[in-house]
Amino acid sequence: MEALDAYEQAGSDASYIAGGQSLVPALALRLQAPDVLIDIAHIPDLRGIELKGNWLRIGALTRHAEVLAHPLIRQHAPLYSDAAPHVAHPAIRNKGTLGGSIAHADPASEFPAMTLALGAELEIANRNGTRRVAADAFFVDLFQTAIEPGELLVAIHVPVVNANHRWAFHELARRRGDYALVGCGILADVIDGAIAQIRIVFFSVGNTPVRAAKAEHALIGRVIDADAIAAAQAAVIHDLDPPEDENVPPAMRRQLARVVLGRLLGDIARQAP
Amino acid sequence: MTAITALDRPNSYIGRSVPRPNAKRLLAGRGRYVTDIVLPRMLHGAYVRSPYAHARIVAINADEARAAPGVRLVAIGEDLAKLCTPWVGTMDHFKGMKSPPQLPLPIDKVVWAGQAVVAVVADTRALAEDAAELVAIEFDELPAVVDIDAARGPDAPVISPELGSNLCFHGKIDTGGVEDVFAGAAHVVEEEFLFGRHTAVTMEPRAIIADYDASEPKLTVHHATQTPYQFQDIYARHYGIPEACVRVIAPDIGGSFGMKLHMYHEDMAVVGLSIMLERPVKYVADRMESFVSDIHARDHRVRARMAADADGNILAMDVEDVTGIGAFSAYPRTSVVEGNQVYRLMGAPYTFKNYRADLQVVFQNKVQMSQYRAVGHPVACTVTERLVDMIAAKTSRDVFDIRSGNLIPDDAYPCASPTGYKFESLSHHACLAKIRALMDYDGLRAEQAALRKQGIHRGIGIASFVEITNPSPAFYGVGGVRISSQDGAIIKITPSGDVRCLISITELGQGTETIVGQIVAEHLGVDRERIKVITGDTETTPHGGATYACRGAGIGGETALQAAKKLKANVLAVAAAILQDEPDRLDMEAGWIVDAASRQQRIELAEIARIAYFRSDTLPPGTQSQLSVAHHYAPEGYPFAFTNGVQACHLELDVETGFVKLLKMWVVEDCGRVINPLLVDEQIRGGVVQGLGAAFFEECTYGDSGQLTNGSLAD
Repeated sequence: MEALDAYEQAGSDASYIAGGQSLVPALALRLQAPDVLIDIAHIPDLRGIELKGNWLRIGALTRHAEVLAHPLIRQHAPLYSDAAPHVAHPAIRNKGTLGGSIAHADPASEFPAMTLALGAELEIANRNGTRRVAADAFFVDLFQTAIEPGELLVAIHVPVVNANHRWAFHELARRRGDYALVGCGILADVIDGAIAQIRIVFFSVGNTPVRAAKAEHALIGRVIDADAIAAAQAAVIHDLDPPEDENVPPAMRRQLARVVLGRLLGDIARQAP
Repeated sequence: MTAITALDRPNSYIGRSVPRPNAKRLLAGRGRYVTDIVLPRMLHGAYVRSPYAHARIVAINADEARAAPGVRLVAIGEDLAKLCTPWVGTMDHFKGMKSPPQLPLPIDKVVWAGQAVVAVVADTRALAEDAAELVAIEFDELPAVVDIDAARGPDAPVISPELGSNLCFHGKIDTGGVEDVFAGAAHVVEEEFLFGRHTAVTMEPRAIIADYDASEPKLTVHHATQTPYQFQDIYARHYGIPEACVRVIAPDIGGSFGMKLHMYHEDMAVVGLSIMLERPVKYVADRMESFVSDIHARDHRVRARMAADADGNILAMDVEDVTGIGAFSAYPRTSVVEGNQVYRLMGAPYTFKNYRADLQVVFQNKVQMSQYRAVGHPVACTVTERLVDMIAAKTSRDVFDIRSGNLIPDDAYPCASPTGYKFESLSHHACLAKIRALMDYDGLRAEQAALRKQGIHRGIGIASFVEITNPSPAFYGVGGVRISSQDGAIIKITPSGDVRCLISITELGQGTETIVGQIVAEHLGVDRERIKVITGDTETTPHGGATYACRGAGIGGETALQAAKKLKANVLAVAAAILQDEPDRLDMEAGWIVDAASRQQRIELAEIARIAYFRSDTLPPGTQSQLSVAHHYAPEGYPFAFTNGVQACHLELDVETGFVKLLKMWVVEDCGRVINPLLVDEQIRGGVVQGLGAAFFEECTYGDSGQLTNGSLAD
């Protein structure tokens, strides 16, 4: 691909730019100063949303505003649709891209966390071809992903939800559009009233989106009732290790996470079987 | 069908919600802010800033920056000190106040983190910033004075050793008798209040272009400011340029809130840079620079107590306010005004007589602090109203009840507060009754109790306040500061019968030009569409105080009103000569001279103008038409026009998360005669939103070493 070649030619000091909603502020603040910007906004392979069997392929250049409104996403990857209204503001949603948000991997962002909650796979291109990385292995550390220098996120592949799935999204932000203090998306596979599988993912609680494994474990095989919710809430405290923060101490984030988890599980319990 | 009201008279504009004529232009993207202005040969400035809150400047090496592409000048403190005399931000009537002299860029020492140290001027802003990164400054870090208590401690490092201490000003008010009243009072409530630093965060940041032309000489400054005349005076005096050769133009302004009427070092430096280069130099503060260089406000620690008798009648207040203002007092309005207003507005709505207060204004290594919207008011109001509510709780009285029992009666005016403010006419009780009815207070209390049983926590709060507006010369003038309390207007009729009004108050986006147009239209008797209002240019408009402290309508509006009346008299004199009638039997309406009694149209204003300008030969001998007038107006008598109001808030608390959901706000404010209800609503709405921001969200926080820890909107 031309873009990958351009990166190769530029040496290490290049950046891909699409929506620019994270990169341009970083440039303005002089936090990054690449010699070369490679504009990928017009590459057709990175566009489009299509259903392929049990997978929904979402091109990396899909704008946040498209994520918000697209019927295929609403039907097959609904956590993205639920999270989208909370992503920044309309002007940013008109420019920012889903792939850009995921590749940037801001731990306070909604879309990387929902990518993990949906169990998506990320299609990454390099000069040798493409590879797919599961979301569970994709988010490595603060702003670090499985994408190697010069590689490009091409598409997000989401396993489509089926009739057994329940999901819920909520975030606590001091102002709409602001970074959440704590946010969470849950995708649950409910069979005969009991949780067969569940993915609980928090954001704004650590260096990456965080799966709450202990809370998930506390719920497997159970009907979501008050006891199950209490057990998950008790467990989630141990899933999270929020960073020290002058305004939002770790204990406060854990408390907010506990509240959000309780409310979301309540939502899921109330969803029609 | 709506009844016909006084507003349906022709030319009836005062009291009418007319939209702002400039709104369409701004919405269409045709605004012209300083940032939009491009001048021939214009260069761009950027600054190298101090990373330390307090440090000695040991050495500056700018060789690499000077050699960088596009760089035209690198200037340091000594360079600008050769051109610009220092300034000191004190006022005479704050007895004992002191502040060190300031220069555009520091010579030997930096006193806050973010202070501009070196200026780089280049062909573009980007090149200037690139070069700024190449400037190497060697600092010798000094202990930073951050905390207001540590600043006053015996061992505190003194930021300006020549002043002897870190105390800028120490003020006291004491009516006497306070100790005795507290000793004998049935109830005493006491609290400590901390008010963090706030800053304006205007949509348009500070922006300036200085354009010095040595050939005349002439200095033209395009400046995003609310007070162009004040800056004309400052640039003329500090750079030694005759005042008549200095022109300050304030084009469209994207919000100001008091932040854009202070002298900023970068802005003063830009004038010097332009003089050095003899080329226009532009500087626009980016958002992060704004956070570390725009004035901050508040930063008070107030310890206050209130005494009341057994029935909850307030007897006395005792207040101690310590406020941190940065390393010097701001220029030219000083950094003491907020503290002064805090300790004089305390308890202002109430009748008690015994008051004692102590104000300490303290230097520290932070950004300068000075006047920002509602100077001191939120602090005084919060403290007073919290203490009143505490007395209410102690005496088991309802929050409305305790206020009706203690607010100054509406028929008690004129009267004075124990802090020395003279009130001409306030209306606390009328406002209280109105808000109670508006919010259905009793209904809300019943609902609150019912919902509490369901675990829903709702809160209801009210606050009465007195507001300082329209300062007279008794403030800045008496304080020895060259800030005018008067305004001036020139109104002229064009040969086509249109009207131009050039006025010294300025438009900051709030609708100044709109209300001036309304006032002139109504009092001159012409359609509003035919009036062009021109503001913000010292070269064309008369000298005046411009826009701050709610004085646009109160002083500027009165100036326009009197000027319009004067011009109307001139027009009617000419009309009477033409019509062979008496001026007092004529009037003006919708651009026509009409018969004052029958309102019958006699002659069009355009025809008067045509004759006056082109056919004066047809007028009776000795008739000299005066179709332009210049008029000035300054308030007299009271030092301020105090107003008052009350606000109420209804909210719901999520007890699991601590999140507050605002359900409703009510505001009753005694505005006097409302010129434009739409604009008044905008002002109130904006003020409430700004207040909510202050109450819930905003604070400029500092680390122990004096670093601003949240210097961007993403932090």
